[in-house]
Amino acid sequence: MWLVRYIPVETKYSFMHWRRWSFPFSAALSILCVVAFFGLGMNFGIDFRGGTLVELQSREGPANIAEIRDEANALGFGQVEVQEFGTPRDVSLRVQVQEARDDLTEEEVQQQVVADLRAAFEDDYTFRRVEVVGPRVSGELVQSGTLGVVFAIFGVLVYLWFRFEWHFAVGAVIATLHDLVLTIGFFAITQIEFNMTSIAAILTILGYSLNDTVVVYDRIRETLRKYKRLTVHQVLDVAINATLSRTILTGVTTFLALVALAILGGEVIKGFAYAMIFGLVVGTYSSVFIAAPILIYLGVRPASEIAEAEAAARAQPAE
Amino acid sequence: MLRFKTSTTIAILAAVAFGMLLAMPNLLSQSQRDALAAATPSFVPSFLVPTQGIVLGLDLQGGSHVLLEVDVEELMRREAQNLRDEVRQALRETRTPLEGGIQTTVQGVQLRVPDEAARAQLLPLLDALEVPLENAAIGQAGTAVVVTEGPGGLISATFTEAGVTERVSRAITQAIEVLRQRVDALGTTEPNIQRQGEDRILVQVPGLQDPERLKTILGETAQLEFRFLANPGDSDVEMLPSEDLGGEPVAVERQIIVGGEDLIDAQPAFDQQTNEPIVNFRFNVSGAQRFGDATTRNVGRQLAIVLDDRVISAPRVQSPITGGSGQISGQFSVQEANDLSVLLRAGALPARLTIVEERTVGPGLGADSIRAGVTAAIVGSLLVVLFMVASYGFFGVLATISLTVNVVLILGLLSALGATLTLPGIAGIVLTIGMAVDSNVLIFERVREEERLGRSAVSSLDTGFSRALGTILDANITTLIAAAVLFFLGTGPVRGFAVTLSLGIITTVFTAYTLTRLMVATWFRVRRPKSLAA
Repeated sequence: MWLVRYIPVETKYSFMHWRRWSFPFSAALSILCVVAFFGLGMNFGIDFRGGTLVELQSREGPANIAEIRDEANALGFGQVEVQEFGTPRDVSLRVQVQEARDDLTEEEVQQQVVADLRAAFEDDYTFRRVEVVGPRVSGELVQSGTLGVVFAIFGVLVYLWFRFEWHFAVGAVIATLHDLVLTIGFFAITQIEFNMTSIAAILTILGYSLNDTVVVYDRIRETLRKYKRLTVHQVLDVAINATLSRTILTGVTTFLALVALAILGGEVIKGFAYAMIFGLVVGTYSSVFIAAPILIYLGVRPASEIAEAEAAARAQPAE
Repeated sequence: MLRFKTSTTIAILAAVAFGMLLAMPNLLSQSQRDALAAATPSFVPSFLVPTQGIVLGLDLQGGSHVLLEVDVEELMRREAQNLRDEVRQALRETRTPLEGGIQTTVQGVQLRVPDEAARAQLLPLLDALEVPLENAAIGQAGTAVVVTEGPGGLISATFTEAGVTERVSRAITQAIEVLRQRVDALGTTEPNIQRQGEDRILVQVPGLQDPERLKTILGETAQLEFRFLANPGDSDVEMLPSEDLGGEPVAVERQIIVGGEDLIDAQPAFDQQTNEPIVNFRFNVSGAQRFGDATTRNVGRQLAIVLDDRVISAPRVQSPITGGSGQISGQFSVQEANDLSVLLRAGALPARLTIVEERTVGPGLGADSIRAGVTAAIVGSLLVVLFMVASYGFFGVLATISLTVNVVLILGLLSALGATLTLPGIAGIVLTIGMAVDSNVLIFERVREEERLGRSAVSSLDTGFSRALGTILDANITTLIAAAVLFFLGTGPVRGFAVTLSLGIITTVFTAYTLTRLMVATWFRVRRPKSLAA
């Protein structure tokens, strides 16, 4: 029935042994990401920075980027970022958020930017996309994006606390924060544009990673109850090995779907798909190498030990 | 886990069939859907013949999304001027002596009445300004304005916080009405105009050819006033920029003869002599009366037709205009004359609106995005299906069937809920395709494991299923929490992603619990295998 077996069925890897490497490795990566975040900074899109984004497509032949750059800079709205976007015919222009001038407000100057760009390029290019985000709106988007990530983590913490013991909830949140830091570092290092869609990517990564973590935790809980004679290390290893083939299979199918998105989904989705692929790898890694072994430090004990401890506690007052 | 009552089996299959039915309208064109709706006899409940297809977001069908914000300061300045007029009226009635003038700010007005007797006479009249708010909470002394006395005979009439909120809210309601009329005049299909938050209006217009024109139509306040150009030596005048008189600012009387609120019609037309585009307008009775009187007394003077503090035309009064109608000629293009008549018919906005966010997608890009998204979805599904069949053989085929049903259910739910599908929404579906397999993998792996532990085929299937389903539920609820947060905090495209992801999670859990289980159970009953391993 099971035609192909890519993955060894009954593995007995000693994952707990590897935490000596995985913890320092993750710590180093996290530090690197924090350094990258503050050192390189994020390539914020106009959602969070405000400004104007325009996508042009030449009506005929390839777009003349140098000419567009000269003309756009001559409009007097500061340095305009001009880039090829997907194909040689497509160009994206980004104009930074404008300050109020004459008797126009910031928002009105931004509308002037669009009008001037249209006047300059409408003859030779079609305007495929125009996005203008005012400074007030971008500030609100930063706020709601940050709140979203915080609420999501908090909501999951509460749910896991309710469904499991507190050790598991805390462990899952630590693993999630690990994924969050690494994903933000990924955006800082690759300089992929960070916008509202990236927040969606981050929340999905968190969702996926938690999904993975919960599957492993579920099994750890079951194993703790079933094999009362095993040590915690052994319990964790048994549980991770038991779910390993599932972890890999699901990772592969999700990866396949995401690769299709990254290659075929178009320019807008590309950054999103890359971030998701990165998050998929990190999320899978953290479930096995961070979320599970961290339970040791959080003091999870097998049922037998708890029983012994309780017995000891009961015995104490008698002394 | 593997025993199904006949009724349960029927219920599961019916639910799946109904989901498929909901997705059906997407295979029909809009005209076919309309024909279907018309042909359905009235005794058939409408949910049995769904005609609703998936609504495409602006990023997929092309269109403009414009977020407008009420200029609260300007609105309140205008309200304060009204307040000043009322105070002035009260002063006139009581003949109260003032020290200095009336100070008008955004917060309200202030005046100084040092004479105590006069103040005692004035105050009861001013108390009438403290109009109670309509929807003030019970037990709250809610008025829009409070009148207070200060030292040295100072009297202030100030807007309360609730008063400002109420004015803004009222202005938004009015503005939405005006904007709706204006946008309708563009003749586009299904524009969406709604309030957002305290002081904003969201306008979404799909499939627009000229987004700049939309913004012109939305942004104009369109406050129209008929006044006279000032005579030399007039005192109550202001300088306004002109478009008609060589661009130079001109002196215009402050006194307004008739305002735009007295217009009952405005239509674009052509001047019979010059053949230039003009706007013909008509006043209501009282407007016609005032306009007639003023022009009779001022034959030979130049009118100033003022739109949003710009003089757009300054025709000379040749003879009294008593018929209540007239024309505005201001060197318009045909489209400008058209737009002006639309603006005048819809009336003025109660306050200035600023565009704080704009997102416009051309129709070409939208079509490209759909193509890219659908291609990615198809290729992604094929890869996943191939991988599943290669890994699990027959069970992989079962997983493929659940996956297909899953996607159809998502599409059906999207159609029935009238939810909007965006490009990130398509990404959400592709992601679901990848992750939905997870439930099947969890089940199959668990069953395989139970069998290795030495259970019989039936027992491993039974335990495998029940144990895996618990895990599936826990794992998916955590993702659902993240998706729900995204839905409540996101806007537009991102919200579309949250919708498809959430629906995908729900249908995934549903198919795992019902369809996959039913298929495995049926297969098992028919084949009665001794062992699951081939």
